[in-house]
Amino acid sequence: MENHILVVFPHPDDESFGTSGTLAKRIHEGAQVTYACLTLGEMARNMGKPLMANRVTLPELRKKELAESARSIGIQDVRMMGLHDKTIEFEDQDMLDGMIRDLIEELKPSLIITFYPGYSVHPDHDATGAAVIRTVASMPKGQRPVVNCVAFSKGCEKILGKPDVLVDVKDFLTNKFGSIRAHSSQFRWKDMLGNYSENDEMVKSRFNTERFWTYHFE
Amino acid sequence: MQLINPQMVQELLDKLQDQDLYIHLEMTTGAYASHEDESKFTASTFIKNGVVRYDHGSIAGFGPYRVGLKMEQGWIYAQGLTHVDETETERLIMAGHDSDGKLVVALQLSKEPF
Repeated sequence: MENHILVVFPHPDDESFGTSGTLAKRIHEGAQVTYACLTLGEMARNMGKPLMANRVTLPELRKKELAESARSIGIQDVRMMGLHDKTIEFEDQDMLDGMIRDLIEELKPSLIITFYPGYSVHPDHDATGAAVIRTVASMPKGQRPVVNCVAFSKGCEKILGKPDVLVDVKDFLTNKFGSIRAHSSQFRWKDMLGNYSENDEMVKSRFNTERFWTYHFE
Repeated sequence: MQLINPQMVQELLDKLQDQDLYIHLEMTTGAYASHEDESKFTASTFIKNGVVRYDHGSIAGFGPYRVGLKMEQGWIYAQGLTHVDETETERLIMAGHDSDGKLVVALQLSKEPF
């Protein structure tokens, strides 16, 4: 079992739907988790309903939501990397790769979780995944951590095949729902649930499996 | 943020004219627009901390509102503005939110960078 997991996503809330249950489970089993969140999602157009923020105040609110989500999951170490929302694909690649290389050298993770480049819809997602893949690919074969990717573009399974890592998170849905609820400026959890509650089997069954693709470097 | 009071906005526009200002101007259909609905088109644009100076600025319409700022060599324009931060007295923070509460357009002016 992995001892240190490094999660690299660009936006606070990227962890909630696809990864939070897995992280809570691994932490319960003894893993250390570092979540490197590249931006503050400061260009999001969701600001709550009724409005909870504006363009100027949103970054501070999203910092707090990220901290609350991390508490819900049990993440021990959250790093806010200070980049600007929507700009990852335009950043200097050497700077970006250096940032990720520094994290890998410091933390020596056995597993990295990120987005699958090309299959993750948002340009920030794809650029984040691409930076992780470039950086890990540049490491000597024997020293590379395993990279598990989240992908959700339409038709991605036709190209990538079925995800090879399926994690049963049914015992960690409290953590997962807590993470979703924490990002209340972004997700209207009550509206998503509609007439259902978090305890309904229908809801639990929709959220109880998280899916990852192991990246094959060659 | 409150629904726009055009008099308040006009007073701020007058106060901020004829000086170098940092602008944040933005419009977006949302990064997931076409992912969620293939009939939609994903587009967005923003400029953050460009420096501008206008000699004449005004707000028009009956809500949602439009703002036009006339510069020596051109114009700045925003349509669909619904909300303003009513607590600001030295800078203008405006946005347009759709019926679902999502931000579609933003126009901000300040003497300090955003």
